[in-house]
Amino acid sequence: MEFDENKLRAVFAEALGIPEADVVPTLEYNTIPQWDSLAHMRLIAEIEDAFDIMIDSDDLIDMSSFAISIDIVRKYVDEA
Amino acid sequence: MIELSELFDEDAYSLGGDEKSAVICDHLALLSEHHYAHCPEYRSICDAFGADTAKRISHVSEFHCLPVRLFKHYELKSILGDSNVKTLTSSGTTSQQVSKIFIDKQTSQYQTKALSCIMRSYLGPKRLPMIILDSEAVLKNRQMFSARGGGILGMSNFGRKHLYLFDENMRIKHEALEEFLDKHAETPIFLFGFTFMIWLHLIKELEKTGKTLNIKSATLIHSGGWKKLESEKVDNSMFRQRISAATGIERIFNFYGMVEQMGSVYMECEQGYFHASVFSEIIVRDPLTGEALEFGKNGVIETLSILPHSYPGHAILTEDQGVIHGQDDCRCGRKGTYFSILGRLPKAEIRGCSDTYES
Repeated sequence: MEFDENKLRAVFAEALGIPEADVVPTLEYNTIPQWDSLAHMRLIAEIEDAFDIMIDSDDLIDMSSFAISIDIVRKYVDEA
Repeated sequence: MIELSELFDEDAYSLGGDEKSAVICDHLALLSEHHYAHCPEYRSICDAFGADTAKRISHVSEFHCLPVRLFKHYELKSILGDSNVKTLTSSGTTSQQVSKIFIDKQTSQYQTKALSCIMRSYLGPKRLPMIILDSEAVLKNRQMFSARGGGILGMSNFGRKHLYLFDENMRIKHEALEEFLDKHAETPIFLFGFTFMIWLHLIKELEKTGKTLNIKSATLIHSGGWKKLESEKVDNSMFRQRISAATGIERIFNFYGMVEQMGSVYMECEQGYFHASVFSEIIVRDPLTGEALEFGKNGVIETLSILPHSYPGHAILTEDQGVIHGQDDCRCGRKGTYFSILGRLPKAEIRGCSDTYES
């Protein structure tokens, strides 16, 4: 599967319940009420389903912004 | 000096001896200075006790420690500016007053990463299908993080396809459980819960209804103290036995941790001992003189953690009794200090800083 940034943006918007326009590279974990630790679990689960990957716990913890998430998810998609 | 960020990528139990004490001493020295500069209450206490935070300390037992109950009486924090801070409280089930711990983004990140590093040693890097032995209702009130909710969310990072086993009335969701076990029959699974909840709502419930589970390849991690179980005359070995009988689980690990030092938890090993990781150290003190005791002697436990930056919780005198068995030579293969907890201190109050501190 090819990594698709727009697809990741859509998953973020869906999982966090925010408009796609708000999903920008600088969007950071725990800076908006919609992206708290509980939402993070849901987000990871939806990313895994959408891209058919399994993210390790260390990477899950590191995914603290949309920009970092792009790099990490891309890495998994490329390896798959 | 080895930076925290470097430690997170290493094995949590690979450092021993002088190397390990140097890491702990270096970081605690920095933390002591940091809190002395930014937490007025901490500074007053250190001054009152003549604790010199600037001098180089040669042994971990020389850092000034705060009695744990101080966090119930004072709002201790070393937070610069108006950063994003969450307040964590102890559940307060056995005492009226709760501890209030102030955690900023940086400290929260340290705690998460340290916990991940520690858990890797027990669960591996892959996230396993996870059963949370609690009700999702615990997470409903998001304004005030309870220790229970915080603990569950912290541990959820190490699992996937989370199933909260209990409904809002703390009853086992049998159908959902069967479905979950069918779906993950081929993979090892991971369970996490609080000791007393597991005892009350899983073990006793299964025993009462005569049901058993067959999840032999699962790993159970639990925490939360034995106070309520002691009154039911249940100790660790009986707890383990009854879990194994009811569920088939044999890999069962308790951990010793507290809301005042989240992240740097002390995990029980395969030999049944708690272990200090590279992020923490343990000292046993004479309850009367405060002197650090040698291995094998019972006393009051002091816990050291190199994670707390937003509050002065790096050296805490607990109200638990324990004994250190040794260092770096546990048969489980993990390095670091290993110890046992021998229960709470008798009711007698610890006369520490909390009684003399009045500014």
